[in-house]
Amino acid sequence: MQDCAAVRSDMAEYWNIESGHEEAIMTFFDNRPVADVVLESEITEKDFVTSGRGSADVKNTLKRLGIGPEILRRVAVASYEAEINVAAHSNGGKMESSIFDDMIHLRFTDRGPGIANIEQAMVPGYSTADDLVREMGFGAGLGLPNIKKNSDALHIVSDYGKPTMVEIVIFY
Amino acid sequence: MTLNEIITLLEGEVLTPSPDLDAQIPCAFASDLISDILMCTKEPTLLLTGLTNTQVIRLSDMIDLSGIVFVRGKKPSQELIEMAEERNLLLMMTKMTMYRSSGLLYNAGLRSCKI
Repeated sequence: MQDCAAVRSDMAEYWNIESGHEEAIMTFFDNRPVADVVLESEITEKDFVTSGRGSADVKNTLKRLGIGPEILRRVAVASYEAEINVAAHSNGGKMESSIFDDMIHLRFTDRGPGIANIEQAMVPGYSTADDLVREMGFGAGLGLPNIKKNSDALHIVSDYGKPTMVEIVIFY
Repeated sequence: MTLNEIITLLEGEVLTPSPDLDAQIPCAFASDLISDILMCTKEPTLLLTGLTNTQVIRLSDMIDLSGIVFVRGKKPSQELIEMAEERNLLLMMTKMTMYRSSGLLYNAGLRSCKI
């Protein structure tokens, strides 16, 4: 497993690529192909009534395409954790899911306020969730670690005071 | 273990219509943390929880839950119960605490779900 955090001049960036997938992931991100099936949904700040619906739609779409239960579970868990992160921690944003023949690419973008320290946010148990979010059963500090555990690639670009982008790739 | 045995052990009240009392429940998990539940559930699982907000139903869209038991007398909203009915998801409540409920089920042979 490769686990590295590279810091550029303006934004902090985090990559995790599961071993064996490096070449396929790099080819994908270099070429950025457009998928036949693309799903989009808005994520509203602190909306814990509808948040999660986008991830359920993605899971149901993959299920209709005949994807197996173990992959469905990994996609659903990674997607749901990321969707909830946007609702719980940001000023709102959106998710875009690109469904390819052999993989899914999920992209979450928000309107800030950014992650001050991505490496710290990756530590299991570390959380900045407020009381409202904790009362809902979130804020265990396991969101990003859970996404990492269930994905083949995780890419985060963020910084304090900036928007955050989280990308997830899962092969079928 | 059958659903009927679980209802009896927990002195439970079923909140959703026409439960299949003979349904086999293979395993269970208990937590109030959504990330824990997502991380630990890899097979059809009975969830014991004190969470009664609607995200617990969203959670059931992501993973395979055979039902939800609300512990320590917490009753979910009508909205939550309707969301469960739409999904054919069994809901039950018990006055017992999460610790006591888990202990009784475990002692009676209901195993922990695979994590």
